[in-house]
Amino acid sequence: MNTVFFLVFGLIVVVCAINVVVQRHPISSAISLIGVMGSLAIIYLQLGAEFMAAAQIIVYTGAVMVLFIFVIMLLNAGSEEGGKGPLTVRLLGVPLLLVFLGLLSYLIQRLFSDTGPVRFGDFKGGSPADVGRALFSTYLLPFEITSVLILIAILGAIVLARKELD
Amino acid sequence: MHPVTTAHYLWLSAALLLIGTIGVLTRRNIVIILMSIELILNAVTINLIAFSKYLGQAHGQVFAIFVITVAVAEAAVGLGILIALFRNKETILADEVDLLKW
Repeated sequence: MNTVFFLVFGLIVVVCAINVVVQRHPISSAISLIGVMGSLAIIYLQLGAEFMAAAQIIVYTGAVMVLFIFVIMLLNAGSEEGGKGPLTVRLLGVPLLLVFLGLLSYLIQRLFSDTGPVRFGDFKGGSPADVGRALFSTYLLPFEITSVLILIAILGAIVLARKELD
Repeated sequence: MHPVTTAHYLWLSAALLLIGTIGVLTRRNIVIILMSIELILNAVTINLIAFSKYLGQAHGQVFAIFVITVAVAEAAVGLGILIALFRNKETILADEVDLLKW
């Protein structure tokens, strides 16, 4: 049951993510990205992170993707024709990527091959109440600083996107 | 059937990180580059939540909340920059923005 869930939604995540990168038109990429975010919410739910699953749906598919699609519509972005990068980039990129992938696989295999199974609902320390308690006690200062960061981001976005007044 | 372990979630995260990196490096459309950055940040979030479960503590999820916040702020500012760029240069292709190129 858990394995089937993980395989189905993990596969949707990976296929949609590849689709985001491969699609020529930005709108198709945005729709695929919504698929990635929705399936990731299920994956988080399987990991026992209910609050994160809800936040993923609300914040990403609800707010960020609307912002992306809004900007795509606003800029009237058409599909991009296939441009080729410089030759050195194409020649060096693939081996470097393979080396990186190999290193990553080696580390995961070496360090985390004997971790216990993950079952739905057997994680008791990650309920929304626990997250809230950690957020408002141990991580109170970072939480407050985050609000300042959001304020700066709002002001920055408004200043950047407004029309210059003479 | 083979049980799902924490390592499987790390594999999923690694795959997402790789796909996002390829997207950032190969695409020219800035909107899609920003979407690929969101993919990379989501790979980080999977890792944090998987380790939160592995260690049995909620702290990983708190950091995941911070990552989501930063990702959203990044998207908002990035798209604001993109609108300002389009207003001045009439393009959203990254390789046509070469004002600072020597």
